Amino acid sequence: MKNVARIIPCYAADTSGVCSALYELGGLTVVHDASGCNSTYSTHDEPRWYDMRSKIYISALTELDSVLGNDEKFISDVVSAAHDQKPEFIALCGSPMPMMTGFDYDAVAAEIENRSGIKTIALHTNGMNSYIDGASEALCEIVKAYAEEDQNIVNGINVLGLTPLDFTLGSDKDIRDWLKYYNFECVCTLAMGSTLDDIRRMGSAALNLVVSQSGMAAAEYMLKEFCIPYVCAVPYGKLFSKKLASHMASLIRDPLNFSPFVLPCDGFPEADTVVIGEGISAGSLAAALWSDMKVEAKPLCTLPSHSFFTAKCGGQLTAEEDIEAYLKETSPKTVIADPLYQYIVPDNTRFIALPHFAFSGRCFQKDMRSLINKNIKEYFK
Amino acid sequence: MNRVNGLDKPCCVKITDANRDELFPSGLEYNPPARGMWNIVHSGMLLPGAHEIFACAQGCLRGVILTAAEMLELDRLSWISVSESDMFDGTLESDIVDGVCEIIEKLDKRPPVILLYLSCIHLFAGVDFEAIIEELTKRHPDITFVDCYMTPTMRQTVSPVSKMSSQLYAALKPLPFNEKAVGIVGNDRATDDDSELIKIIKSAGREVRDITLCKSYEEYLSLAECALNISYIPTGHLAGEDLEQRLGAKHMHLPVRYSYDGLKENYKALCDELGIDMPDFTADIAAAEKALDKALKIIGDTPIAIDYTVVTRPFELAWLLCEHGFNVKHIIADSAAGEEDSFDKLREKCPDLTIWSAANVNMLYEPEQHHEHMLALGQKAAYYFTTDNFVNIVVNGGYYGFSGIAKIAELMIDAYNTPKDRREVLRLKGLGCASCLV
Repeated sequence: MKNVARIIPCYAADTSGVCSALYELGGLTVVHDASGCNSTYSTHDEPRWYDMRSKIYISALTELDSVLGNDEKFISDVVSAAHDQKPEFIALCGSPMPMMTGFDYDAVAAEIENRSGIKTIALHTNGMNSYIDGASEALCEIVKAYAEEDQNIVNGINVLGLTPLDFTLGSDKDIRDWLKYYNFECVCTLAMGSTLDDIRRMGSAALNLVVSQSGMAAAEYMLKEFCIPYVCAVPYGKLFSKKLASHMASLIRDPLNFSPFVLPCDGFPEADTVVIGEGISAGSLAAALWSDMKVEAKPLCTLPSHSFFTAKCGGQLTAEEDIEAYLKETSPKTVIADPLYQYIVPDNTRFIALPHFAFSGRCFQKDMRSLINKNIKEYFK
Repeated sequence: MNRVNGLDKPCCVKITDANRDELFPSGLEYNPPARGMWNIVHSGMLLPGAHEIFACAQGCLRGVILTAAEMLELDRLSWISVSESDMFDGTLESDIVDGVCEIIEKLDKRPPVILLYLSCIHLFAGVDFEAIIEELTKRHPDITFVDCYMTPTMRQTVSPVSKMSSQLYAALKPLPFNEKAVGIVGNDRATDDDSELIKIIKSAGREVRDITLCKSYEEYLSLAECALNISYIPTGHLAGEDLEQRLGAKHMHLPVRYSYDGLKENYKALCDELGIDMPDFTADIAAAEKALDKALKIIGDTPIAIDYTVVTRPFELAWLLCEHGFNVKHIIADSAAGEEDSFDKLREKCPDLTIWSAANVNMLYEPEQHHEHMLALGQKAAYYFTTDNFVNIVVNGGYYGFSGIAKIAELMIDAYNTPKDRREVLRLKGLGCASCLV
């Protein structure tokens, strides 16, 4: 069955995606839930929780309020918290129970905005999808709400989809350093290391760099609204990151010749190295392995991904049985993946651990490394 | 108290101004990073040989799976994710049955018992859990299936931890009673051997049985031989009641107390039940007094903060300490239910004592406030009041009685003298469990 797993974990859920995406922006984020979502998020999905305060709360939904449809309790509690904490904005999302009761996020958001006078964003999660869905909607909505047309910055770059669920803390600095080295100006790193003011300036960028699927919806929106093209890749390795920088520069020079993908981020069909993970990240690592080490690899996407990244491994594989069957059938020599995938990798396969926070949470946090603009030969030798 | 001014829902209140029956109005809740309390995954792992299967939404699964992963027990937990369509397409029960059967087939070893957890939405959708258990039992008669509940939405009816404590014993089948066997039920850690509770039971020629001491499934099954079961923490009460109803074993609830009279009442009831004379506790009380005096000499008037996770009766412990001259200034608790007497005494004798909400949103910034140096009893108190000098136990730490009071006094001295790495200690889930983070 596709929804069954004997041993591997599931990825962080959509509610965590929302909270992670909005964490640093000064808003008040409320998950409509009884109790588990915030505990899970703050323990397993959020490495910033201890050191960096963020106004992320649950509604503490009860059985009685669910059964009676007591939305007024939720509304007044949010307005009360907003009164006490003066957030920049309010964001609402929810777990399975509000889905069961047909909670109307849009109407409630409108009511809260009316009462509090604070911009309120409705995000339509139900705790049943991956963090990609939640982060994607959250980042897109925050861009819609705050990004403005601005004077064009010739080499201005926005980085979209940067959250600790996919990238180690400090990755925002690594990307900024890399952009600076190649004479780009970083406008906004959405959403690690940036502020709402940075988001307001996003319309001035010449190009959007989408580093995870979580940034794709915002990129599509900005392409439509601001005519800013985008490219999907992560600057892993030394040579691939150089190649990516060159690709970005040519896109800025010739935006009409716009292609969002960089070869060979889709991987090599006959590759005997498989990189398991989020599409853009896994694809970029496959490309970096080729550029930097002449190793042929292909991405195996276990999360919602563009078909460009899933084509070489038979589509997106999310079920434990499908991933296990694919690896058994194709017998790759090497698998690069989060350590908790090791349980379903064939015994005779070389396994290289690459911890992914959205999968194994804190379990291997101390072993996580940033590969952005780094020499990857040592890591994958 | 300047944090109160201008706030719609202040996070603290002076005890003299507090409404004993509702310390704080409900509202949005914050989750502080103090992870020592156990959850239903930790509890389920107490049953030797059990395999846990959770059927719920991805968001709910995430926390339970990673709990198991962090405690190095990932091979004892599997899952079935639930989608929106599963709720409405008529396959709610059959999907769970098929999913569990598939997992069983894939397991390296057949478990003797499976703890099957359903979630709030299943109950809300009117799932027929009984039919699921019946069908699974028919297909796998060699495995005992136990219905378990991850239902935080229903927490005001019965808390998930309390229900889990009870269901942990649901796999027990009736056995002839062994009059020598006395069970202690509902705990997540063993009772300290030095406790008078244990000594009394043993002095009556009885033996103590406890799931926390079981090494095998067979040993677990023998818990059904207990003719008497004792619970002493609030969340263990339901387990004792259920065993009395189902197996006929007498249940005594002897709550952990931090009052000498309360303890004597408990011991009197126990001795009567066991048919023995009540021992003379003069020496035990003297030892507790001596330990408290020693602690006071060392700790002096250092301010003390107590939270509700460290003991099950924080107000009673606070009163005991105040009576003995300690400078208890803060209690973190959202309710004083069951401790009204201690609350009233504190209100009268310690009017400056402040009560703090554990989950109020305005506690978010409390660690950034300036705090005088404090001794904390409990992880949440340590976190909020930013002290590395803290007693690191949860739910009484297995201590009970006069000896328990003495041991907590010793822990206070140790905490006062030896600071801990607060950040590293607080991040570990399920105090006492193995952790891959260490």
